This record gives sequence, structure tokens and C-alpha cells, in this order.
Amino acid sequence: MSIVPLEHVAGEAEWRMPSRGVVGMASLITAEATIFTIFVVAYLYYIGRDVSGPTPKQVLELPIFNTVCLLSSSFFIWLAEHAIERGKMKAFTLWWSITFLLGAIFLWGTGAEWYQLIVHDHLTVSTNLFGTTFYSLVGLHASHVIIGLLMMLVVLIFSLTKHLRPQHAERVKVLALYWHFVDAVWVVVFTVVYVVGR
Amino acid sequence: MDTPIISVPGGIEGALDRTRPQGKKGTYLEAIHSWIVTVDHKKIGILYICFGLIFLLVAGVEALEIRIQLLVPHSTFLTPASYNRIFTMHGTTMVFLVGMPILFGFGNYLIPLMIGARDMAFPRLNAFSFWISAFAGLLLYYSFIGGLGLAGTGTAPDVGWFAYAPLTERAFSPGHTIDYWAVALIANGIGSIGTSINILATIFCMRCKGMTLLRMPLLPWLYATVAFLVLVAVSPLTAAQAMLMIDRYLGGHFFDTQAGGSAILWAHFFWIFGHPEVYILVLPAFAFANEIIPVFSRKAIFGYPAMVAASVGIGFISLGVWAHHMFTIGMTSVGNAFFTLSTMIVSIPTGIKTFNWLATIWGGKLRFQTPMLFSVAFLFQWLIAGLTGIMLSVSAWNWQLHNSYFVVAHFHYVLVGAIVFMIFAAIYYWYPKMTGRMLDERLGKWHFWLMVIGFHLTFDLMHIPGLMGMPRQIYTYEPDRGWTLLNQLISVGGFIQAVAVLIFVYNLVHSYFRGAVAGPDPWDAWTLEWSTQSPPPAYNFAVDPVVASRRPLWDLKHPDDTDSAFE
Repeated sequence: MSIVPLEHVAGEAEWRMPSRGVVGMASLITAEATIFTIFVVAYLYYIGRDVSGPTPKQVLELPIFNTVCLLSSSFFIWLAEHAIERGKMKAFTLWWSITFLLGAIFLWGTGAEWYQLIVHDHLTVSTNLFGTTFYSLVGLHASHVIIGLLMMLVVLIFSLTKHLRPQHAERVKVLALYWHFVDAVWVVVFTVVYVVGR
Repeated sequence: MDTPIISVPGGIEGALDRTRPQGKKGTYLEAIHSWIVTVDHKKIGILYICFGLIFLLVAGVEALEIRIQLLVPHSTFLTPASYNRIFTMHGTTMVFLVGMPILFGFGNYLIPLMIGARDMAFPRLNAFSFWISAFAGLLLYYSFIGGLGLAGTGTAPDVGWFAYAPLTERAFSPGHTIDYWAVALIANGIGSIGTSINILATIFCMRCKGMTLLRMPLLPWLYATVAFLVLVAVSPLTAAQAMLMIDRYLGGHFFDTQAGGSAILWAHFFWIFGHPEVYILVLPAFAFANEIIPVFSRKAIFGYPAMVAASVGIGFISLGVWAHHMFTIGMTSVGNAFFTLSTMIVSIPTGIKTFNWLATIWGGKLRFQTPMLFSVAFLFQWLIAGLTGIMLSVSAWNWQLHNSYFVVAHFHYVLVGAIVFMIFAAIYYWYPKMTGRMLDERLGKWHFWLMVIGFHLTFDLMHIPGLMGMPRQIYTYEPDRGWTLLNQLISVGGFIQAVAVLIFVYNLVHSYFRGAVAGPDPWDAWTLEWSTQSPPPAYNFAVDPVVASRRPLWDLKHPDDTDSAFE
């Protein structure tokens, strides 16, 4: 048994594969994007098909402040990614905390909106098609925000207790990828629910 | 075998760990424990396959019950209610608990070995995916006991495997039968998505040195396509099941036609999953054919790049054909024309694959051992299945035959004639790698011929009552329809297949203890999994292999005529 010729493999160190974290997360995002697509399709399909009120025009308000908070958090998490890649852990903790805070404000805003809708406008998931599709789609997104916040909180705790090191940059990047996805989905949800659907 | 171990490409045989595991065996409890806590891709793969085979027997018994019921007109072997449950469970089980687990099992077992990796990318996710799928299977079958709250047997879901709304809504399906069905499928879907993420990450990130994407064996290529399809096709089912649960538990109106909800939307969502699912199941069958046919023809696969392109092409096209299951639901003529054409387009890449397999066999030095026999039968049967598929894709023809036994015959030709046959071929081919023992060839031939005879008796004839107007999912029929004799022959064929499967199961168990020792490379094959021991050690390869062509073991066995010299 002889050695297989290796001329094709130029240089030992050049055999590099993509990060499995990034590929894995990209695959998860593909699956999640499909789930959101189905809920968005259902939302669009059922716009204006309610047999009873309230309608989106009567009760929904544009969540501008919320949207600004969530979308800007993508910028801050990007700053945090850069900070940890360069080993600036203090800056990382700062940007990461701001991201977490902005996400939390968004979640609180959604909670306030739902409180208003349920208590004052008497719109629940079983009221009409609008209620069913609205709470499902926005709730699906909010549940992704909650999961993102929980994971960010874990990183934040590690960061505050000095257990997070620059060599964890790639894992942080994978988590940031998820958060960017959650933000991007909000752009779609916002457009569908608050612009097209109203 | 003269050489106990074929060296791994790169000449590292000296580094292989030749020590056998300690002769002392642990207690049964320890053995079971080691299988439950394992994160080894090979053990998980075998668990998947065994899980699938057990459910194959269960769903096979359900099929026989259906066939006994249809043996004579006005039969009362089953009650109408339990008949509905049996065919629902038969379909759901075969797709979700037999097809997908066995195919994922082979993917799990083979992909890391074929690309020269030591494990999947995420071993713990792998174990999680298996166990949640296994849990889903138990949950689905628990519905027999718990469907109406422990009241007795016979409370499994009874809505057909596509579970059209609004029949599944609370108003029409009280009790918990639909809930068991929906939750089991959501859990199973989570497992499938987890495994698919794992397969993609493994194929793209874990290849050994020199294994470029175009040097991979075709099997990982097809599994990458399958994994992508699972991500974008099983997710819609998960989403639709979530909507169903919102309807049933929170009083939502997604599919509640009383409140403006749409039954058609469910049909769309289900078939957006349902049609790619056919390709999720059949592409691994193609993958097995891609590996087995060249080895038993003693030729390299014909047209490798065309095979890759055709497989990926099938994956993409299959995402745009779903509404050919819904021609009778009432679409616009533009919709009908679109889905007719898109369905027909699938036959182009599929035809490319079929011709490439034939070209691989052409002029080869054929060895008709059991894996090859099943592969040849697969080629014929898949061709016929594809041709009836083209017939059904014509919407006008479809209006005549929708929901008839012609459709049942068509998709069983795909699911049994192509997929199950290739699963058998794959088990005969890789069983020696998994257990270190050969399956008995004589029993294998009995299994094959009985299976072929039974299959054709059942499913060739099944087209005819369909053309005569016999609808699917029908409980019984009138004696004056002229369907009786055909149904009896179909049932006889079913029992012949059952005998074949029993021989196969006996062979599996018998050969595990008594089979001839296989050695590392019993088929004189060319892909990396045959370079390591049978069964492979936990770490697969003592030293990471290095490859320079598509057939690394060919290069190793023929140093004067390597493939790599021609790349």
C-alpha cells in the first residue's frame, strides 16, 4: 500500500473549512425563515376576511419607537462583535449590554401593545381572524426575541464575570447572526402587519 | 480477507489502533446505557435504522389489515371507524416513522465515514434529534391508548395522513386524537430539522483534507440536497401544525371556515411540505443507487457532475410543484397549467439520473448480488412510477383519477418500488460495515424474488381498480363493481411481500450471530467508509485521511492507475 499522491493539495495549512457554527446557524435561519414565511402568507391571505371586528385600522398603532430600538440593536451587536474580535472586552460588555437593553425595551413595548389590545380593545387570539393571525405572527417573532434575550443574558453574565474571552468571538458571532435574523424578520413583520395590513 | 485492514489513504496504517475492544462484556444494563447516552454518529445511525425497521413492521401489519378488509365486498373485518384510523396511521407511520428515520439513519452513519470525518458536526444535537423523533413515534402510538382519555383502544387519528381542515378542528374532531397527531409531527419535525442542520454543517465543514465538494461521493451531495429540502419543506408543516394547535387550544380561526378561515390554505401548507417530502424520501434512495450501482458494475459512476446538478435541480424544482396534489380543489387554469408544467419539468433531471445509471451499468462487469438485484428492480420500478407521475401531472387526467386507487398505486410505486427497495439494497450493502457480518446471500435472493413478485402483483394490479373508479380510503365496496378479484390478487401480493419482509428480518437477526465475517471491504468498493474496520472504531479513522480523487480506495488499490492522475 503506497501513499496517495498529494500534489493537488497545495500546502498543509491551506485546507480550511467554514465554521460549523455559522453553517449550522445559517441552516437554522433558513428553517426559521420558512416558518415565518408561512405565518406571513397566512396573515396576508386573511387580511380583510374577518367576519367581525375589531379591524387592524381601528386598533393598531405604528410601533415606531419599538422598531427603532430593535433595528438599532443590530448596529450595537455589530459593534460588540468587532470589539470582541479585537479583544476589547470592556467595549464588548458595553455594546452587548446596550443591545440587550434595546431588545428588552422592544419586548416591553410589545407587551404594552398587547396589554392595550387585550384589555382595552378586547382583541384576543379567538376574537376574529385578525386576532388569530396577529397574535400568532407577532407572538412568533416576540418568542424569538425572548430566546435571543435569554441567550444574550447568558453571554452578558459570562462577560460581567470575566469568563468570556476573545477566543469566544466566533460563538458570539453565531449568536449575533441569530439576532440579526430576528431584526430582519421584524422589518418584514412590521411591513406586513403595520403598513400593508393596516 | 488477507489484509485485515486496508490502509487509510495517506499511508497511515501503522497508526491504526489494532487493539480489539476488551473481551470482557458488560452487563446488559451497561450495554443499554451505552446506547442511550451515546453521541456517536454510528450508534445513533443504527438506532435510527432499528427504530425505523420496527415501525416498518408495525405499519406493515396495518397495511395487511387494510388488505384483509378489502379482500371481499362488505367485509366487516374492521369497523369503519377503525379502518379510518388504520389507514391514517399506516400513512403517517410509513412517512414519518419509517422512511425518514431509516434514511436519516443511513445519512448519520455514512456521511462522516464517507467524507473522512470522525463524527457529525454537532454530536449532541444529533442524539437530541434522534430521541425527540423516537419520542414522537411513541407519542403518536400512545394515541391508541390516550386518544380519548384512556377510554380504550381505537382512538388513533382518523383523518388521513394529510389531515384536511376543517375536519381536524375541535368541532369535528373532539378528544385528543388530532392533538397526538399534531404534537407528534411537530416533535418529529424538530428532530428532522435538527438532523438536517447537522448534515449540512457536517458536509460543509467536516470534510477531510483533499475532499473538495466535487470529490465527495454522490451520497453526501444528495443528503445535502435532502437536508436543505427538510429545512424549507418540513418547516411549513411545523408552522401549519402550530396553527392547528392555536385553533384547537386557543380558539383561533386559521382553518375555521365558520369564521372566515380557509380549508384550502391548509391544503396548500400541507402539500408545500408534502410534495418535497416525496423527494426528501426518494433522494436518499437515489444516493444509495449512486453508491451501489457503480460498485456492482465495476465502473465509476457515469456523469458525476451531471448527477450532482440533476440532484440539486430536482431539489429546487420539487419546491414548486405542490399544487399538483390539488387540481380538483379548483384552481385557475393558469394555476393548473403552471403546476402541470413544473411537475413535468421534474422528469428532466430525473431522466438524466436514470440514463446515467444505465450508462454506468452499460459495459460493466456486473455482479448480481442482492444489493445490485434490488438496485436493478429499483431502476425499472422507478421508471414506471415516474411515468404514471407524468400521467397524473396532466390536470385533465388528474381530474378523472384524483383520489382513486390509481394514485395509491402510483405513490406506492415510488414509496415501495423505489424507496423501500433501495432501503433493502442499502441494508444488504452496508450491513457488513455496520455489524462486521455479511447478510446471507441465499436468504437475500429469496427476499428479493418474493418481494419483486409480491410488489408487482400488488401494485401493478392496483392501477386497474383505480382506472375503474375505486376511490382511495374506501371502507368497502359493492360486489357488482368488478373490483373483487383484483382486490383479492392485490391482497395476496401484500401477503407475499409480508413473507419476504419476514425472511429479511430473520436474515438480519440470523446473520448478526452466524453471518460470514465481512472484513473491512467485502464488496471491493472505493469510498472511504470501506477503508476502516467493520464495524468501525468509535473514532472512525485513527489518522484523518487525505484524498486526491473521487475514489480514494481505487487510488490505493491501483497505485499504477490512479483516478487522481486524470483529474
